[in-house]
Amino acid sequence: MNQALTFIDTTIGKKIVMALTGVVMFGFVLGHMAGNLQVFLGPDAYNAYAVGIHKLGPLLWLARGVLLLSLAMHIATAMQLVAQSAAARPVAYKVKKNNKTTFAALTMKYSGMWLLGVLLYHLAHFTFPGIAMGDYQHQHFSAVYTNVINGFSVPWVTALYIISMCFLGMHLFHGSYSLFQTVGLNNPLRNGTVKFIAQSFALLVTIGNILIPLSVLLGLVK
Amino acid sequence: MSTINLVLHVWRQTGSDDKGSFETYQAKDVSEHSSFLEMLDQVNETLVADGTMPIAFDHDCREGICGSCGMVINGTPHGPQKATTTCQLHMRQFKDGDEVWIEPWRANAFPVVRDLVVDRGSFDRIIGAGGFVTARTGSAQDANALPIAKGIADQAMDAAACIGCGACVAACPNASAMLFTAAKAGHLNLLPQGQPEKESRTRNMVAQMEAEGFGHCTNHYECMDACPKGIDVEFIAKLNRDFVAATVTARAPLNTRAK
Ligand code: HEM
Ligand code: FES
Repeated sequence: MNQALTFIDTTIGKKIVMALTGVVMFGFVLGHMAGNLQVFLGPDAYNAYAVGIHKLGPLLWLARGVLLLSLAMHIATAMQLVAQSAAARPVAYKVKKNNKTTFAALTMKYSGMWLLGVLLYHLAHFTFPGIAMGDYQHQHFSAVYTNVINGFSVPWVTALYIISMCFLGMHLFHGSYSLFQTVGLNNPLRNGTVKFIAQSFALLVTIGNILIPLSVLLGLVK
Repeated sequence: MSTINLVLHVWRQTGSDDKGSFETYQAKDVSEHSSFLEMLDQVNETLVADGTMPIAFDHDCREGICGSCGMVINGTPHGPQKATTTCQLHMRQFKDGDEVWIEPWRANAFPVVRDLVVDRGSFDRIIGAGGFVTARTGSAQDANALPIAKGIADQAMDAAACIGCGACVAACPNASAMLFTAAKAGHLNLLPQGQPEKESRTRNMVAQMEAEGFGHCTNHYECMDACPKGIDVEFIAKLNRDFVAATVTARAPLNTRAK
């Protein structure tokens, strides 16, 4: 049967959507990290940053809209592609060697699913409080510094965040470089440099984000 | 001349309706100088003598250029030696007493015909969708009538080295045919002769690849590692690029053809 295909019906098109929405979210996690590292500047600077963001009003909602849309498209295409590829090999190999790929690349769907779960938890934890745990008291966003200190004083919460940032690091270890191939920007002259820079950013996001909950738990930030 | 003995676990399947299973055979007194296919020939002679159906496997040129001798040997398409087809693989790559698992290419788009033989008709249909140029007939053109830069000619040649064996699909954790399609489209898309149909070729070959039910490319690069001709994944990036460009410029809907 003949069937008209659109760009987004093809695996190439879906993968490009994944890469572009991935870039949007990558940009977000970098900015989000830069913003929250201000916790090391003390309560006044950090609370002022939080208040400043909320003053953006419609701009904040525009940014949230773009992020939500990116997330939704990233997940929708991921699910379709993963299902399609699972169907592409109905009988598994008895013996299969992978020589070139990485653990991070082979587990993108699992690190991604973990990130989705933790994202929901994170929103419930800080943005829309109510599912908070322990002696944690959520206050208004103008007291976000106290929220962060209280939130990360619970060891298992801090552990969850640190583990999740390792998953984010793994997801981006593959994704940050892979996306250049996906959108067709591979060039053997530059691949090494691009890979190094991309994966450095992935490492930066992982370490930068781990520093915050870890410092609170260790009492370095009070 | 030294010989080795091997234990083979070979996938046996009578047809696409059969579930299939592994059978164990002894390969005795195999010359280290024989090829993997010659070793299978030798085993088949003993099977025939025993009244058992010989192991079916595809082969034609036995010199590494036709691409028909694909099988997965101990988890690697075409076996342990890099850039080598099964017919060119020598038994000196194995040690006496080795156990060897031999399986067909495993992909929905490559149904098993029998044992290790798969139907790679899906590749033919991808080529049929656009892997050609329209050339004028009549007297031959003057040599060098079409100038082609050396670098471009080299790149096109690298892509054209693809023998369509299917090892890329077999090696890919997603059973994706992107390396094959990229090599075949890229080879012609690079050359001046391929320009008139570049847009339709790119779109139609991609559409056919999709229709055949291959998986998607997640940039594991296992294909490149398994390719007996060493085709580079940079052609996949080129296909992605060409496909975006073709989507932007196309004036007609993209239709898949009947299987
Ligand atoms: C929240 C749930 C998420 C899920 C379920 C998910 C799932 C996936 C999957 C399955 C892939 C495809 C891997 C492949 O094809 O090789 C992928 C790629 C990618 N993801 Fe995610 N992901 C999620 C969140 C994120 C986040 C938060 C970011 C960025 C901070 C991100 C960035 C990327 C990037 C850059 C790619 C690479 C695209 C490419 O290979 O071209 N993802 N994701
Ligand atoms: S038989 Fe032709 S390539 Fe192996």
